[in-house]
Amino acid sequence: MEKQATINLEQQFQDRVDQDIRIEPKDWMPEKYRQTLIRQISQHAHSEIVGMLPEGNWITRAPSLRRKATLIAKVQDEAGHGLYLYSAAETLGISRAEMIDQLHTGKAKYSSIFNYPTLTWADIGAIGWLVDGAAIMNQVPLCRTSYGPYARAMVRICKEESFHQRQGFEILLTLSRGTEAQKAMCQDAINRWWWPSIMMFGPADDASPHTAQSMKWKIKRFTNDELRQKFVDICAEQVKILGMQLPDSELKWNPETGHHDFGKINWEEFWQVISGNGPCNKERIAARVKAHEEGAWVREAATAFASKQAQKQSAAVA
Amino acid sequence: MFLLSLHLADDALILGHRNSEWTGHGPNLEQDIAISNIALDQIGQARNFYQYAAELYNANKDAYTKTFSSPAFHQVIGPIDEDDLAYLRDAKEFRNHLMVELKKGDWAVTITRQFFMSLYQQLLYSDLQYSADKRLAAISEKSLKEVHYHVRWSGEWVIRLGDGTEESHRRMETAIDQLWPYVGELFIPADFQLEAAASGQLKNPEYYREPWLEKTAAAFDQAGLAMPALNWYQKGGKLGIHTEHLGYLLAEMQYLQRSHPGAQW
Amino acid sequence: MKTFIQIQRYGDYGDREPVKAEGATQNQADWPLWEVFIRSKMGLDHKHVGSLHAADAQMAIENARDVYTRRQEGISIWVVESKYIHASNPDEAASFYDPANDKVYRHPTFYDLPDELKAM
Repeated sequence: MEKQATINLEQQFQDRVDQDIRIEPKDWMPEKYRQTLIRQISQHAHSEIVGMLPEGNWITRAPSLRRKATLIAKVQDEAGHGLYLYSAAETLGISRAEMIDQLHTGKAKYSSIFNYPTLTWADIGAIGWLVDGAAIMNQVPLCRTSYGPYARAMVRICKEESFHQRQGFEILLTLSRGTEAQKAMCQDAINRWWWPSIMMFGPADDASPHTAQSMKWKIKRFTNDELRQKFVDICAEQVKILGMQLPDSELKWNPETGHHDFGKINWEEFWQVISGNGPCNKERIAARVKAHEEGAWVREAATAFASKQAQKQSAAVA
Repeated sequence: MFLLSLHLADDALILGHRNSEWTGHGPNLEQDIAISNIALDQIGQARNFYQYAAELYNANKDAYTKTFSSPAFHQVIGPIDEDDLAYLRDAKEFRNHLMVELKKGDWAVTITRQFFMSLYQQLLYSDLQYSADKRLAAISEKSLKEVHYHVRWSGEWVIRLGDGTEESHRRMETAIDQLWPYVGELFIPADFQLEAAASGQLKNPEYYREPWLEKTAAAFDQAGLAMPALNWYQKGGKLGIHTEHLGYLLAEMQYLQRSHPGAQW
Repeated sequence: MKTFIQIQRYGDYGDREPVKAEGATQNQADWPLWEVFIRSKMGLDHKHVGSLHAADAQMAIENARDVYTRRQEGISIWVVESKYIHASNPDEAASFYDPANDKVYRHPTFYDLPDELKAM
């Protein structure tokens, strides 16, 4: 009897999803759906937060006041995006503190791209163009994801994200029209960020464990490979405006498929970086843990002050 | 007016730079965003003051060119801009108050310094917005709106930390102890301030001492923090004699501009 | 027996996923959650935009300003601690909202009035 009831609920749930009716926090949902969402949203949030670090690196070294202000605003936006996403995940019954704890203890993953170092100023441009470009490609379909709070957070994020990619491309464009040293800096950054960027779409469809179910639930709306191909096609054109090369000798237009063919991705590297062996995994987490721990006394003080005030107020009323 | 504008820009830039060191490292996400906002406001103010200073410089190059001896600065061909002023001057040519260049310290130091400086800027801009110099007046008026919020935000944090936990109270005492020797300099006029005061553009900064102390005392009183006496203090920032910290700050901030002379970014 | 309106935290799962008692996991360093409502321009209602963590109401308003109005999205902010949000239960949606389905007289187009009648 009870089992039958669950089946009905699941059927109703799937019907709603199929009709593109958003699922809201208090609606019934399969436990697995909830878990999948918590995992995906919190990883997305963690990626925004950890992503602040490689770019934040260059705030104090940005080469002009305009670039400095733009970069602060951009990194600050990422904090905002992390906050929107943590909020969305919190509607699923997990607290931000728990999620942050999962990040700090290594239980939760985040986008592997942020474990690569930012070595020159051109890296800030390359991150904007390629990393944010890949992120946008992933995020735009998520504005229609089945879970309401997640979809709404993504709408807000996508609106703000468009300036990020533009500022990145502008940095590269300026470098590509600059001195020989600047041009070399530009090409070098593209060389280092290209492959990690196309890895950002995740494992190939035949090796991606969560994709099928996520597609059915409309958490994800396109497969990893579909999005990756779209991204390659766009970048292959955009790089010409920079007068630079993408570091892939097999990259070429294929008139039969109407897409660009591209070289083989080094998945070994991807899995290594994901599992903690990237160039900066340890520094990134250490930096987050340090900020959190050094902030503890601040957060405690504010809590203590707030409860003192509340007591004073209730004493005054009584 | 040139040096005054430069001085105001330097204060805003260096303080904004210090605050931006928190971006990505704040005590939690919400406060990370808040301090970054303040950094952005300050860098925006700095740009406005630098742009004005650059215009004044370009209009009267002969009079001002000897102000700076940095070789990198003198390599600039044609008119200078905001970035030449920010990135190509040496430490001894910066005219900010010493307080803003001190390391960011912990959240208590950052908050206390922000409160001290914002209070000062609030008093200053409130007058400067009526200056006969229309540009300075306009920049001050715009900046003042932001500064009102900085005073409110940092003032609330001063009270919260002062009256929070034992640890936060202790850290506030340490922060005040560290920053207090740099307060006096805010109210000692440099030559360029006296000149501006003589021409009626600006009040002598001594004038701000009493209201500043009064407002600080009021906040400290609410926070349960003791108000130190204003005795001996460090000075020299406005004359270009700085602490050791500024050199490191500039070395980091300016290195790209310096190592690629003449490049556009 | 189910109560008609349950007092639940925003996004709480009720009895499906037992929520830990208030304060049980709440560390001193974790600030409570607040819901943020913003009026984007004069004449419009405040609209729910999201949530954030803050130690007190004052801080919540300032955080909301910093977080949710970075691009001049608002002119007025409301905040309320999430635990004070009372929400209807979606399982009861049928009995809660459906009765209004046949109350067409609540809708202005129900009334057949002459076209000459203007400004009503």
